[in-house]
Amino acid sequence: MRPARKRRLYLVLLILIGAAAFVSLAMWGLGEYKMFFFKPSEVARGETPPGRAFKIGGLVKEGSVRRNGKTVEFTITDTLADVVIRYTGSLPDLFREGQGIVADGRLNADGVFEATNVLAKHDENYMPPEVAEALKESGAMPPHEIVRPKPGEPRPLGAR
Amino acid sequence: MWVWFHKLGSPKYFWGFSQRLLPWLGALTALSFLAGLALALVFSPPDYQQGETVRIMYIHVPAAMMSMLVYVVMAVAGAILLIWRMKMAEMVAAASAPVGASFTLLALITGSLWGKPMWGTWWAWDARLTSELILLFLYLGYMALYNAIEDRRSAGRAAAVLALVGVINIPIIHYSVEWWYTLHQGPTTRGVRIAGSIHPSMRWPLFTMMIAFNLFYALVLLKRVRCLILQNEKDSAWVRELASEK
Repeated sequence: MRPARKRRLYLVLLILIGAAAFVSLAMWGLGEYKMFFFKPSEVARGETPPGRAFKIGGLVKEGSVRRNGKTVEFTITDTLADVVIRYTGSLPDLFREGQGIVADGRLNADGVFEATNVLAKHDENYMPPEVAEALKESGAMPPHEIVRPKPGEPRPLGAR
Repeated sequence: MWVWFHKLGSPKYFWGFSQRLLPWLGALTALSFLAGLALALVFSPPDYQQGETVRIMYIHVPAAMMSMLVYVVMAVAGAILLIWRMKMAEMVAAASAPVGASFTLLALITGSLWGKPMWGTWWAWDARLTSELILLFLYLGYMALYNAIEDRRSAGRAAAVLALVGVINIPIIHYSVEWWYTLHQGPTTRGVRIAGSIHPSMRWPLFTMMIAFNLFYALVLLKRVRCLILQNEKDSAWVRELASEK
């Protein structure tokens, strides 16, 4: 390679490395704020911003949904800890027991999460209804997405 | 291989080569779109959770994939331009930008249309959605910078540097759903490896649409580059000859 080209190649590599370093530092500085939501076990450990609104994500526990007029109360879990959520308003179509959800709101004094908004999370499994039926009957239904652990954390039961 | 690569670097050779390729590429693109759309919209089953809404995926996933692929093409072309000063590389990058921006916008809009009924919201500031939006701004920034500088040579180089810096965003978009908790679901396929699960009756329509989107990009890229060649080489002998023939 001619010297001038070699020099320009190094310059291009320098730009790439510089940009990567800058972005990595920015990401590292952002810390937890890159996460779209907190998990129930993080709430249990008191790692959420105190007194502020935040988002919480987990699986709706089987048999925990209680409706009282327009208000609905349910428990979400990451299999390590549970949080009770109270919400008044309309729920997304995908909301059901066993489904992953993300709720927006704040903890009250009793440790109940008062949600102002509930979003349903979709997992990465796609299949026709007949196949889902067959899988359910044989008990081989893939588990709904469990909140993935960050690297180095213990994996909750049932997570891939 | 290298000889062929160097020949493609000549606008005149590229013109002749693309001339012969275009009809085939056009036919293949049309065929794969017909097959893909028929499979995706008619012959594939509804999803067990999403119902018919799953059909948005057959546009959304290929569009999102292309939005990243086109940017990588732009960045590689930018590097070639900066190092080897190849005119064709600049034309490929400049021709790609609006196409990539369109794919990005399409991915964002279809995702939003899917998000409302499924998640319950049009938009969320999670890592995947935000990084894809930044990709759109990178494309727009590239086009604005390239067109704002009067001197064509410095315009190409300045825009190439922006394309290179922005390419850092591509792995961030790709891995955002694995590195961080996001509202967006994780990956179902990684290349040919399957991470989540997608039933074959939905996987093949999706793959067909991905091929169709790739061919479409190749087709539009060739056509746009040919326009740029005529513009840039308008004073050269072979283009004058071409013009006088018509």
